[in-house]
Amino acid sequence: MNLDLTDDQMALRDTWRDFFEKEAPIEVVRAAEPLGFDAALWSKVVKLGLPSAAVPGDRGGGGAGIIELAIGAELLGGSLAPVPLIEAAVATTMLASLPPTNDLEPVAEAAVAGELLPTLALHPVGDLARLVPAGAVADVVIARRGEELVLIRQTEKSEPAIPNLGAVPIATCLVPAEALVVASGPLALAAHRRAVAHWRALSAVALLGLGRRALEIGVEYVREREAFGSVIGSFQAIQHRLADHATALEGARLLAFKGAWAQDVNHPQAAELASMAFLFAAETAFRTASDSLHFHGGYGYTLEYDIQLYFRRAKAWPLAAGDPRAAYASLANDLFDRDGV
Amino acid sequence: MDFWESDELGDHRDAARSWADDNVRPEWAEEQERTGCHQTVELHTRLARDGILAAGWPAEYGGSTVDPNFARAVFDECSRRGLRADGWATTAMVLHTIEHVGTEDQRLRFIGSALRGEILIALGYSEPDCGSDVAAAKMTAVRDGGEWVINGQKMFTSTAQVCSHVFLLTRTNPNVPKHQGLTLFLVPTETPGYDRQPIHTLGGQVTNATFYAGVRVDDSARIGGVDDGWSVMNVALVYERGVAGQTSLEQTLARDLAAWARQAHREDGSNVLQDPLIAERIGRMAVEEEVTKLLGQWVQWRFDQGHLPGIEGSMRKLFYTEADQRRYSDALDILGAEGVLAPGAPGAPRGGQFEHDFRSAVVTTVYAGTSEILRDVIAQRGLGLPRTRRSS
Repeated sequence: MNLDLTDDQMALRDTWRDFFEKEAPIEVVRAAEPLGFDAALWSKVVKLGLPSAAVPGDRGGGGAGIIELAIGAELLGGSLAPVPLIEAAVATTMLASLPPTNDLEPVAEAAVAGELLPTLALHPVGDLARLVPAGAVADVVIARRGEELVLIRQTEKSEPAIPNLGAVPIATCLVPAEALVVASGPLALAAHRRAVAHWRALSAVALLGLGRRALEIGVEYVREREAFGSVIGSFQAIQHRLADHATALEGARLLAFKGAWAQDVNHPQAAELASMAFLFAAETAFRTASDSLHFHGGYGYTLEYDIQLYFRRAKAWPLAAGDPRAAYASLANDLFDRDGV
Repeated sequence: MDFWESDELGDHRDAARSWADDNVRPEWAEEQERTGCHQTVELHTRLARDGILAAGWPAEYGGSTVDPNFARAVFDECSRRGLRADGWATTAMVLHTIEHVGTEDQRLRFIGSALRGEILIALGYSEPDCGSDVAAAKMTAVRDGGEWVINGQKMFTSTAQVCSHVFLLTRTNPNVPKHQGLTLFLVPTETPGYDRQPIHTLGGQVTNATFYAGVRVDDSARIGGVDDGWSVMNVALVYERGVAGQTSLEQTLARDLAAWARQAHREDGSNVLQDPLIAERIGRMAVEEEVTKLLGQWVQWRFDQGHLPGIEGSMRKLFYTEADQRRYSDALDILGAEGVLAPGAPGAPRGGQFEHDFRSAVVTTVYAGTSEILRDVIAQRGLGLPRTRRSS
């Protein structure tokens, strides 16, 4: 057991932190609304090698793991950087992991090279892939249709942004009957399940980053603001709620990184750990952002203060996966459906 | 990062099981329930005899060569057989505190005799008029030559029924701010002037009020400096909050309830786990059990790295105790009318364990610092928010 990042991972985190601080300040986040995508920032993220970081070196990727991507995802969550890093990384990793075919190979190579922006439909699709994360900006959507994985090329992405709570570039995509089938049968199902687990694991870490920053913003505010002759951060009613969130965030941090780690080590419960991490981080991030906004009083409700940016995303990001309470119920069945788990 | 849980204990489980088969008498668990004293002296003697208590301690203080992982596996095995060792848990906290702040002579003397099973130490912090506000202790200790004379009362001196010593927080200087006039002593319960009365609790545990009327101890029983008790307490509380209740046993309430729900059927024939109202709560429980486990591992990891994880320990204790209360409350809800059946009731699910654990979880958010105190610690020392309470 080792519950700290390695020296290499810490060095990576420092480099990427500098990058996000410099390239994705909150003005960039605001300027990218309502679509939630900054093409210039995206090309810098690609140049950094982040989307293909978890693709094996011999396939042209960074040869790192989901855990290294997680380090990037936490910074993404903290900065709210308007780039679909998680979707693209998950889809790229998946494309590079499928058995190569003549049709698939050029797409996979282009994705790894950062020339194509791929994304993943989280839920099985029919004629339509509904509200796909990053669907509004992706060149390629990978979706599970029945027992097949299909690849949908989006040559035209001129649709206006779909207004949404989180200012994320979601879109509903047509799934043409003749869409390229890149895998089928158990292989396709397993690849999709695995990619969704990666998405959940990385989203958990992003939500952790979001929650931690939302807590910082709240703490900074309550240390400055005065009421009744004292800074409001001296009131127990406020301190105690912030202490609860700090505690939950510490748990969320451990669980989110465990979820990411589990993806890399062939853990027998990798999918369940990703779900657990995702559910707990989502709940914690939203509660934290919500209270942090509340402690801003009337200012929290204004668009001028940054906390609303965090609050909206804390609610919106996780909902791409559906109703969390239903996910808790599925989790119980996944974990305990059989004896001997 | 590497979250694999070391299988070091796994190698010792069989040996621990056969140790327990040879040494643990089945009636002891029942005896702990009946008497409400969560420490079995005869078991303790055997743990000491075989060097299990002394595992992992430095040889100069009486440490044994027994593999600490075997020792942990034995404690797990005892716990699995329904035996608690709260008196040893408090003793170990005090030993660690002495290791940090005691004199070399005290380390040799107290750690050695505790590891040989000759002494057991209860905690004497709370008083009738102060619990969370522990630094408000009124019990007095007055110097008289080379001795100290102690007067006052302590509350919730758990396992004092079997303890040889109480680790007493006293006031040695009433004329300075309250945190600056405290001193700790390790007081033998054999000393004249000591008395004890039982306190019965909701969870079945029988704790104690202890009384000290002119109890005299030598100055060598003083742990830490005169009037420097608060810094001693700060070490002691880190051990109490960080380690108390630690076990490497998996928390399995979610799994136990799921096992029940899989086999229970509704009138329409569907199994109860298919009911999303129930499955959701079990899923949530499983997540909280995982977070609880991780926070415990994190505190242990910080200890192992040589840190004294005060904030982390407070977070762990705050989270797991409240999660425990939610879990047991949910468990009773899920079981419905049967949830209220107590141990001994015919047809009680898992022998009434759910009902029993629901009651005993009540105290967890109080002992070792109430949740409110822990929130203060996290907010003020962790988040850097201003102190709210006046220091009198």
